Amino acid sequence: MSSAAESQFHVLAVDDSLIDRKLIERLLKISSYQVTTVDSGSKALEFLGSRVNDDRSSSDSLPSVSPSDHQGVEVNLIITDYCMPGMTGYDLLKKIKESSSLRDIPVVIMSSENVPSRITRCLEEGAEEFILKPVRLADVNKLRPHMMRTKKLKGQEQEQEQEQELQEESVTHCEIRSQPPRQHELEIEQSQQDQSQQIQQHQQQKSGNNNKRKALDVEEGLSPDRTRSRYNGVATF
Amino acid sequence: MLGWGVDFLRAEMNRLLALLFHQGVLDEQFLQLQQLQDESSPNFVSEVITIYFSESEKLLRNLRMLLMDRELSDYKKMEIHLNQMMGSSSSIGAKRVRNVCVAFRAASEQSNHAGCLRALELLEHEYCYLKNKLHELFQIEQQRALASGVRYPAQHD
Repeated sequence: MSSAAESQFHVLAVDDSLIDRKLIERLLKISSYQVTTVDSGSKALEFLGSRVNDDRSSSDSLPSVSPSDHQGVEVNLIITDYCMPGMTGYDLLKKIKESSSLRDIPVVIMSSENVPSRITRCLEEGAEEFILKPVRLADVNKLRPHMMRTKKLKGQEQEQEQEQELQEESVTHCEIRSQPPRQHELEIEQSQQDQSQQIQQHQQQKSGNNNKRKALDVEEGLSPDRTRSRYNGVATF
Repeated sequence: MLGWGVDFLRAEMNRLLALLFHQGVLDEQFLQLQQLQDESSPNFVSEVITIYFSESEKLLRNLRMLLMDRELSDYKKMEIHLNQMMGSSSSIGAKRVRNVCVAFRAASEQSNHAGCLRALELLEHEYCYLKNKLHELFQIEQQRALASGVRYPAQHD
């Protein structure tokens, strides 16, 4: 399906904080992704524009060439901070979804603040996930399905059978991905509920959960394993 | 004897880390940072912390300057600096520093100049404590790295 050079996923990370850029870069590299980091939404759009065909005839700042025409390495996922001066992560998300050449690239939003209306807005605008900072390795592990989905779509556009499979897959992904990722494991165990209901519930749970989780961790002492067992040992509500 | 120095130093480091956790100075995120360090990125933690120190000190200076004029304090700007400091503190696991930033921001939102001054002093104090302890941690780590490079024929690890 893909050549050796394309077998690595390429993630574009956008964050105005240098520390957070270093962190996300390290998290992504450890997960074997190729990473490009930029410090603003406008630089992100510049970079995305330059990934597509070099000889753009369009006068738009965003090229209108379709992704399958481009040369060079593609971007398989964009992960962006929400709060940035100038163009926010939300603004960037909107611009990407409005661009015919970029809208298929999955976008993930990060934020240090748990604001339910913010989360809903981003998910409604088409973000795949909303991740609370500080971002952890477990969060990065959840990105792979989104990247795999778009890679398949691009590589097998001709084959209708496989497209159908993917549509079924992406429906399942829809149900999972519209929920805040911190609650991912709990959601799978829960029975099917109304999506907006779930989002509201999870936001309430999340703020309570975060405090409980952190308190748990500090009191029980430290070992590297704590970070792994964190999700399994989450308190019930 | 340097032979059991490595174990001793590792115990010292763990003791200091446990203390900092217990005091709420650091939280689990700091452990996450350590987990991101490996042979391919052997200085990751100290690199990130070094950036944190220089950024934080700049922010603290800016905050102090903004509070110097009682009449014309630019609270909006203070909040921007505080959000930055909150974010970076949270990213490295500096829990107590982050919490002081939250309280500071609340005072700023109320344009409470005296409250902001008190918060800034507390913030500077917490930051100093954190910086000293992290330096201690790095010193122990360096000694441990040195000690583990020394080998004795009769030693078993």
